[in-house]
This record gives sequence, structure tokens and C-alpha cells, in this order.
Amino acid sequence: MSSMRAPSSSSPGGQPSRPLLQIEGMSKGFPGVQALDDVRLDLYPGEVHALVGENGAGKSTLMKILSGIYERDSGTMLLDGSEITVDGPLAAQRLGISIIHQELHLMPDLTVAENIFIGRETRRGLGLFVDDRALNRRTEELFEDLRIHLDPRALVGNLKVAQQQLVEIAKALSFNARVLIMDEPTAALTEQETEILFGLIRDFKARNTGIIYISHRMEELKAISDRITVLRDGTYVDTLDTEEAEVGQVISLMVGRHIEGETRPTTVADDPTPVLEVKGLSTRSLLRDVSFELRRGEILGFAGLMGAGRTEVARAICGADRITSGEMFVNGELVSIKAPSDAAKLRIGYLSEDRKRFGLMLDQDVKFNIVISSLGEFTNRFGFVRDGAASEVSEQYVRSMKIKTPSIRKSAKNLSGGNQQKIVVAKWLLRDCDILIFDEPTRGIDVGAKEEIYELLTDLATAGKSIMMISSELPEVLRLSHRIVVMSEGRVTGVLDNAEADQETLMSYATHIDSAGSLA
Amino acid sequence: MTAPEKTVTPETGTESAPSRTGVLREKLQQFLAFASLIALVIFFSLANPNFMSWSNVSGILLSTAVIGILALGTTFVIISGGIDLSLGTGMTLAAVTTGTFLSVMGLPLVVGVVGGILTGALMGLVNGFNIAVLKIPPFIATLAMMLIAQGLALVISGAAPIYFSGVEGFNLIALGRSVPFLALPNGVFILFGMAAIAAVLLSKSIIGRYTFAMGSNEEATSISGINVRRWKMTVYTLSGAFTGVAGVVLASRLNSAQPALGLGYELEAIAAVVIGGTSLAGGKGSIVGTLIGALIMSVLTNGLRIMSIPQEWQTVVVGIVILIAVYADNLRRSKEQ
Repeated sequence: MSSMRAPSSSSPGGQPSRPLLQIEGMSKGFPGVQALDDVRLDLYPGEVHALVGENGAGKSTLMKILSGIYERDSGTMLLDGSEITVDGPLAAQRLGISIIHQELHLMPDLTVAENIFIGRETRRGLGLFVDDRALNRRTEELFEDLRIHLDPRALVGNLKVAQQQLVEIAKALSFNARVLIMDEPTAALTEQETEILFGLIRDFKARNTGIIYISHRMEELKAISDRITVLRDGTYVDTLDTEEAEVGQVISLMVGRHIEGETRPTTVADDPTPVLEVKGLSTRSLLRDVSFELRRGEILGFAGLMGAGRTEVARAICGADRITSGEMFVNGELVSIKAPSDAAKLRIGYLSEDRKRFGLMLDQDVKFNIVISSLGEFTNRFGFVRDGAASEVSEQYVRSMKIKTPSIRKSAKNLSGGNQQKIVVAKWLLRDCDILIFDEPTRGIDVGAKEEIYELLTDLATAGKSIMMISSELPEVLRLSHRIVVMSEGRVTGVLDNAEADQETLMSYATHIDSAGSLA
Repeated sequence: MTAPEKTVTPETGTESAPSRTGVLREKLQQFLAFASLIALVIFFSLANPNFMSWSNVSGILLSTAVIGILALGTTFVIISGGIDLSLGTGMTLAAVTTGTFLSVMGLPLVVGVVGGILTGALMGLVNGFNIAVLKIPPFIATLAMMLIAQGLALVISGAAPIYFSGVEGFNLIALGRSVPFLALPNGVFILFGMAAIAAVLLSKSIIGRYTFAMGSNEEATSISGINVRRWKMTVYTLSGAFTGVAGVVLASRLNSAQPALGLGYELEAIAAVVIGGTSLAGGKGSIVGTLIGALIMSVLTNGLRIMSIPQEWQTVVVGIVILIAVYADNLRRSKEQ
């Protein structure tokens, strides 16, 4: 398909030229996580160097350091052999480092031309005024060069996402950068548009621009990259020549061989009755024809990459997002869920990945948080809360779920992440929920407490609750789920029994490749 | 368009400009505001023929001047995604400064006027610093400044009005009729002059561009390499300078600096901006809209007064109008999503 040749030997003599960019020993920590640990990467002129890894592997962090958005803790960056410091986006621009961000960083109320040349406007009148005519002309020239067909005067907020992506790309390219970073640039593009982008990338290669290309799509890496560097958990794993690399090999480097799910649940719970059936669920933005069933006493894992649509499925089921088509059955009955309160009536509880924002009232005490959703049951006929009864029930849950708190009067914010999670669960259990949707139940929870959460989920399932568990950590999915739904780009790409699943298979489905092809 | 001789077909690139609908929608909002203004004018002139008399029209325009100038400055702040509650008392402090310079210290007229304007600008700069550098939310930062300015105005003036009776020509700034052929007080021309300056700054200048950019998506603006701190401070300083001008105009019109007057003007100014179609969420708005909004406010007050509706009820009506305007803003925004 592509006519790509020779990776690092792009210079005429076949001898590798001096690296354009060299990153050594790069480390960056955030409170609670070491996002990058001693990572290295080199980039040659005219090279497309792919950077891959699972969610949280550190790709975006590395690129944000390179483009001056984050500050590194340690490590060196050499551009053309001389050390550089990138302290801010402006510094990156001056050094000729340009980035296409994964999330769009555009100003919707400005026009296309204004967005592209923001900070670099053609000025007139003592530099006080913007020469919009010149700006539009420059944009037209740029678009002609890049073969993009967009009106420079259009408001960005009125464009489709793919068009906005093109604006973002054009903006990055307009710097005539020597190092061009693309963070999942094709996420919103159609195949045709992707082909155009690849054409542009080849043009830039020919001009000796070095390109760092981040993508989850293995086919793309084969088509466009010269070398592939794999990161995992913030560390450097390996760098491969694309020509010699096998997709399966790359994927196993990405997921690693660690913790090959020691304890796995015995396959499917005995009772195959579906508690929740979802058929052909679609939403306006992302989901397309999502179908699956959740059985009694089952933990159904949801695997996929970021943006695959897992959280969106949960939100749609809970009535937080509107669905455009599809049907849902709870205990065999067709239901219509239009708002979160409908879901609660059907005994569906959603535990958000962002506990602190959506799950808990941090400043309130444990008791308050447990009973808040069921206050009606603890109110006398004059509308006053029966404090004694509320305390009693809260004490019960603290005991039965082993919530570690000195008293039910303690503020939720003083508890560990694991115990906070338990409070949220208690809240939903008190409402008699039969279906519990956990979105990243162990995010931000330290390793020890994770075990407790795993135990909790397993106990809940054993007690007959049905659980949907969304998780980006494959070992976690494999360890807990009876069955696993894998999603990619808003669609279900596979439903597997635990016995037939392993990390490589899941990753293949998540990256949209059937496992047979990838291992060939 | 010249055909590129490359291999990739240029066919995809998603044609056409959907900009027009957006522009139309924005124009519609302005048109609606303008239509309401006309409707109000027609209604009041039918209700009372005196409404359209030259002296009343001239009075309406003059009474728009102060609120209008305040609203012009704060349009920038609101489009940038902020809010300024210190306009009203800030204007008072500027007036008191001018009064002190001219009546108490006997400095030349120009010094008094420039001093008043700079007082406003300085307050804006401090607001901007507190918001952009100290990261105090705009609402709180300017609420504090509102109190500080109110207190300072009372302290400096000794809580008594400062009269400009001894300052020759001061009251001509707002009330004189220096423009030939058009029998309108200077205050009106100052308003339209400031509006012209504001309109050019907002739509053509670099300040205006970054004002929209910040209100549209502050993070993206920052990542694009724009010094958001500096431009935020600039926007608040600019708004402060407008506050200063309003202070001078008000003092001239009353021929005195009233230290107890001013509180509440900020809300009327913000109301004018919102009625004019500027989004409180930032990123959208126009000077023409603000001007229309300010006119609606003063036509309403004047018309109700001319119809002998008691002062108390006038306030209620203005409150209702603000609710309607903000609700319209919400509708517009939810439609966009």
C-alpha cells in the first residue's frame, strides 16, 4: 500500500544521519503516579517515528513535555545535538516543535484563519490591528498547499469534528516545524481524509521534517511509520523497525507479560437469565449499534481504549445521554430510560469513574453519603430525618462492607479511595440496586485497596447482583469478569468468555483487528 | 484554485462554509434586540406623544451615556469570559478623584479628567492582576474591588459631595453643545465616540481578537502561545479606563462627585451587555449589541417614568427584562449544543 522505505537511513549515503531530536532519561511524576520513568526516544530527519502504548503508558505526557505544556522532572532533550529547554508553548514554536493535540485545542468562536494564525497575526496600524484580509489570504495559500478545502472565514464552532481536526492539523503544519508531533491525528478522520493526511506526512518527510506519530491503529503504523517505540506504564520498552515488526509482537510489548491473570472467575454464573439486554443502542455522537446482555450474578467486563465508548454506553443506559435508536430490556421487559431517575427506579446504579465529582459529597460525613439517595425512607411524616434509623443503617453497612472509618461522623474526604468507593456502593445497595455499573472502579486507588475492591465486586456478584465493569486495565478485566465486551470506536468488536480471552486478544479487538490476522 | 499535480485527490476536504448560519444566528440575536428597541419606542410614543419630543429623546440619549460607557468596557470583560462588579463604585471613585484634583487641589482641567480615567484604568489593572496572576475568581475579585472603591470614595471625599461649581467648563464636558447642527449634549457624542473606539478595538484589533479567543477557550489560547495573563490584565485595564470615562461624564453631568452614588450601576451595565446578546459564558458578543442593550434600558426607564409608572415598579420591570434577556441567552446556548 505505502511506498515507505528505509527507516533511519533516510540520508543519502545510507548512513544514519545525526538524530534531529534525542530524548534521554525523561521522567515526570504527578501526585500518586510516575507518568514517565527514564524514557528515551530519538528521531531522525525525514523519519516517521510511531509511539505506541496502552492508555496511561505515558505517550501524551512525553509529548506534552516536548511541546512545553508540562515541565520535566529530569532528563535531557537534544535538538540537532544541542540541549534545549522547552518552557512553554511559545518556546516550542520558536524551536520548531509543533504538536497536533489529541483533544482539539481550538477556539470555537473564532474563524478558521483566526485559529490557525492566533499569536502570529498579520498586523497593521502600528501592530495594534489585525489584517484579516491578509490572514485569510495566508490561510488560503496554506490550504492550497495542504490540499484542504475549507473556508478560512468559517467559524470553527460550526465545523464538523473532522473539519476541526483538519484545522488543527493545518495549524500545526503552518509553523513549518522541524519536529511535528501528531497525537492520534486520525481519531476523527474518515479513511479518505486519513489518506490525505498520509499524503501530507509523506510531503513533510520529503522535506526532512521529523514526525512523531502516536496512534492506536496498528494498520496505520504499518502504512506510515519507519520505526515504532513502545512505552508501558511510563517506561521505555523497545524500539522496532516497522518493516520487521509484527503487529502481534507490538501488541505483546504494549501489554507486557506481567500478571497473567492468576485467579480467574469460573466461567459464567449458573443462571443465564439476562437481567439487562441492550439491543442496537446508538447515540448521536459516538455509539453505533451496541448490543449485549448482562446476566444475573455476573461481572461483565468492558474493555477498550480511551474514547472507545464504554463510558458512553453506561451513560446511555443510565439516561444521562440521549439515545437515537436501540432498545433496552430489564428483566425481560422493554424499558424507556430518559433520565437518571428512571434508571434508579429500575434499580440500576452507576458508579462514576470520577467519584469525587459525581459520586460523593466529600465534605459530608459517611452517614450523610450513605443515606442521601434514600432519604425518603428515613423521613417521618413531617419531613424530618429520623437520625437514629439513618445512623443504625449506616453502621450496618460500615460493618458489613468493612468500611474503615473511625466513625460514621467522619467526613468522606478523610477516607482512603478504596473506602470512599465502598461508601458509594453502600449508597446504591441501600436503594436495592440489582444492576451496578462500575466505571473504572479502581482508578486512583492504591494497589492494596484494589484487592479490597476486587473482593467487593466478587462478593456482590456472588450475592446475585449483576455488574458491568468498565476498566482500562486489562489484567483487572481478565481477573474479575465472567465475560468481556470489547469496544472500539463506538462499536462492540467482540464479546468473549473469560476462558478464551487474554490480553493480546483483547488488545486486538480493542484496536480493531481480528486476532487471526494479527498473529499471521 | 490551481490543481496540484500530486497523486492524492483533493476531493475529500469537506467543502463549503457553514459559517453563514452562525453569522445569521448572531445577527438574528442583534436584530431581535434592535426590534425590541423599536417596539418599545413605538409603544411609548403611542402611549405618550411627549416621548418622541426632541428634548425627551435628547434626555434619553444623555442618560444612556453613563451606563452605555460602562457597558462598552465591560463587554470586553464578559466576552473574555469574566465579570466585573466593581464598575459602579469604581466609576464613583474616578469621579471623586477628578473632583479632588479639580475642586480641592485646583489642578488644570485636563489633569483632572486624565486623572479620573487613569484611576479607573488602575483599578482595572489591579482587578486583572488579582484575576490573572493571583487566580482569584473574577466574581470575588471584583466584588472585593467594588467594596474597596466604595470605601475609598467615601474616605477621600470625607463622605460629602464634591462640587465643581468653581471649575470653569467642567460641566460642559457632558452638557455642553460643541457639535454644530446637532442639538445634542456632548455626553451623547462621547458615548458614540467611545462606542466607535470600542467597536474598532473589538473587531479589528489584537486586543479584541484575544478577548474572543480567551472567552472561547482559554486553555487553547494559552497552548497557542498567547500570554493569557497579560491579555487578561489588558482587558480589565481597558474596561477600567472606560469606567474612568464614565466617572468623568457622570461628574460633569451632575456638576458634582457624589460619593454615595454608583452602587447598582454595574448591574445595569451588565444587564445592558446581556440584553445586547453578549454571552455570559464568554466568546460571543458585539459592541452594537451592547449599545442597543443600553438604549433599551434607558428607553424603558424613561418611558415608564413618562407614563407615570411609579419608580418602584420601574425597578421591577427592569428586573423582569433582565430575566427575559438571560433566559434568551440560555435558549440560544442550549440550541447551539
